[in-house]
Amino acid sequence: MPLLEIRNLHVCVEGREILHGLDLTVNAGKVHAIMGPNGSGKSTLSHVITGKPGYQITAGRILFKGEDLLAMGPDQRAAKGLFLAFQYPVEIPGVTTMNFLRTALNAQRKARGQSGYSTPHFLKKARTVAKQLNIPQSMLKRGVNVGFSGGEKKRNEILQMALFEPDLCILDEIDSGLDIDALRIVADGINAMRSPDRSIIMITHYQRLLNYVVPDVVHVMSRGRVVKSGDKQLALELEASGYAQFEDAA
Amino acid sequence: MVAARETVECVARTGVDQYRYGFETLIESDKAPKGLSEDTVRFISAKKSEPGWMLEWRLQAYRCWLTMTEPTWARVHYPNIDYQDIYYYAAPKPKKPLSSIDEIDPEILKTYEKLGIPLREVAILEGVEPAPGGEPSANRKIAIDAVFDSVSVATTFKAELKKAGVIFMPISEAIREYPDLVQKYLGTVVPISDNFFARLNSAVFSDGSFVYVPPGVRCPMELSTYFRINERNTGQFERTLIIADKGSHVSYLEGCTAPQRDENQLHAAVVELVALDDAEIKYSTVQNWYPGNSEGKGGIYNFVTKRGDCRGKHSKISWTQVETGSAITWKYPSCILRGDNSRGEFYSIAISNGFQQVDSGTKMFHLGKNTSSRVISKGIAAGKSRNTYRGLVSANRNAAGARNHTICDSLLIGDKCGAHTVPYVEAKNSSATFEHEATTSKISEDVLFYCIQRGMSQEEAVSLVVNGFIKEVLQKLPMEFAVEAQKLISISLEGSAG
Repeated sequence: MPLLEIRNLHVCVEGREILHGLDLTVNAGKVHAIMGPNGSGKSTLSHVITGKPGYQITAGRILFKGEDLLAMGPDQRAAKGLFLAFQYPVEIPGVTTMNFLRTALNAQRKARGQSGYSTPHFLKKARTVAKQLNIPQSMLKRGVNVGFSGGEKKRNEILQMALFEPDLCILDEIDSGLDIDALRIVADGINAMRSPDRSIIMITHYQRLLNYVVPDVVHVMSRGRVVKSGDKQLALELEASGYAQFEDAA
Repeated sequence: MVAARETVECVARTGVDQYRYGFETLIESDKAPKGLSEDTVRFISAKKSEPGWMLEWRLQAYRCWLTMTEPTWARVHYPNIDYQDIYYYAAPKPKKPLSSIDEIDPEILKTYEKLGIPLREVAILEGVEPAPGGEPSANRKIAIDAVFDSVSVATTFKAELKKAGVIFMPISEAIREYPDLVQKYLGTVVPISDNFFARLNSAVFSDGSFVYVPPGVRCPMELSTYFRINERNTGQFERTLIIADKGSHVSYLEGCTAPQRDENQLHAAVVELVALDDAEIKYSTVQNWYPGNSEGKGGIYNFVTKRGDCRGKHSKISWTQVETGSAITWKYPSCILRGDNSRGEFYSIAISNGFQQVDSGTKMFHLGKNTSSRVISKGIAAGKSRNTYRGLVSANRNAAGARNHTICDSLLIGDKCGAHTVPYVEAKNSSATFEHEATTSKISEDVLFYCIQRGMSQEEAVSLVVNGFIKEVLQKLPMEFAVEAQKLISISLEGSAG
């Protein structure tokens, strides 16, 4: 059974169709890259999978671990092991990163029928993960993403991913706005998460990230569909010849 | 207020029918005849066995009130109040004179139990961290003066306070037992010729708390009053007077609830604070009056005058308030910074949901030299509510070196509520430094989705964001109150998102 299975997905925003019958299958333990030009529907796909309001699903289905994902609320999906690293992480003033992480993790655990982490236990866990990602302790005491640099915000997303240990991670342009050093730290964090039970979908414009996190499967999206799939060679071809060839295919 | 019932219009439903403190106690009460006249004033004064000077004072206030009309400048709308359709006095009928707490009507005690207020002497929260600057104590205690409708039914911890020389008792008793102190200070901060509602209060106030802290004494415990409106159609008019003599320190907590009713109830309190040289008063309020139901019916009209006078040099008065209840709130706790180097503070969280209307803020009058004030106001509007901050900061000609810093933030939840900020700043002294910062923001869909994608429910997400927004003010509350306030805030915002 695939971890994620999307069949014939049609999605509208304010009456306009953005995804026109998208198919995607992600097996456990695999890293997929989804590439494509601006406006091809990549971010819409990540929002629909995670349940962001404002999208109308007019046809198709999404199965996650064999269950109907579209019947679940976004918080239930998170508790089931679905994680989205946001392209633009939001700022939440007055709420320390530590408090945010603990509230979120314990909410997920509660939904799964597990007991919540005690504060000392949680602090220890968070500090260990932060250290691995080169995140200073002081950052955990600051308001969520408040005054963080672009690189810090992206590292904070990876920190959350590492802490929540989801089964499917969707990384929406995790490489945007990162300098080469920050990119390396983020990539190391992603690679450390690779495991036979966990799958990762990376949405990106650029081949650069894929040099650090080598994908098992590469998909090209254009005009609301997956128009071509292949291995990592496909990304290199794209880098050389651009997306124009697929505009027609769509 | 039958008029209120007729004119309140039914509008769309919102989710505010969750007032947890809506229950009614069945006890006989001793009411004054309905309506307001000199006879009503005389009735109340007689009920209280007051001395002649007190009655004269009340009558003077009543005559002042007659010459004035209700103010209309606040951004609140409500049906006309018929002042002749209100009972101005309701006391629970005692079977016999009470000599100890055990003789209080068990029904009344039960009511307080439901509210979670310990009326019997209890040391609360052992080993709690002392507030910054506070004295470390193994047993933090709170003395409670409970006002049930119009009469103070019990004052706890009396003996221990007496040992420290602190007077804490119902003001009706203080008028009889300490007439000199009361006469010296009553009406010196809020005179009988003050605003419409203050005049009304001066004429008909039935009870309230009186506190006097002698020179150099640090009050050994937090003092607390719980107000509760019970009787139908009764206005509650408490009068509180707190005097901190030279070099003394006192922290006072006020909590309020009222049972659920269809008709509106009037509440017009007056609080006067006097801080002499080097004295400090910290006054904290958690206000949870019944806000009305989901159709905007019923609820408390809260027209309150709270004013502190930093009369002495280096004195300090600090107001902290958490306002979650009432259908209408009209309230501006203020500081008169008369003494040189005195300091005023106002920290406020005002939350409105459903059809609540809040017009609240503060006034800082800088009169003395080198006086300073700080204002942090956090307004949160949800549902179809209206939330207005109205503030005044003024520096007199002699107030050289006056300083004020104001932060005024509003948070909107949903798209049917409104937040307004009306700051007035007047500096008549060129050396005054006034700073005003204001923001208005909305809990965006993106922020909510971010939290929910991480596994939180919608309500957990709203509560997290709101708690972040009000954190600065919450930290100013005494520990026990902060916990209660946080619970109240999440209750009052239930069902506000989505």
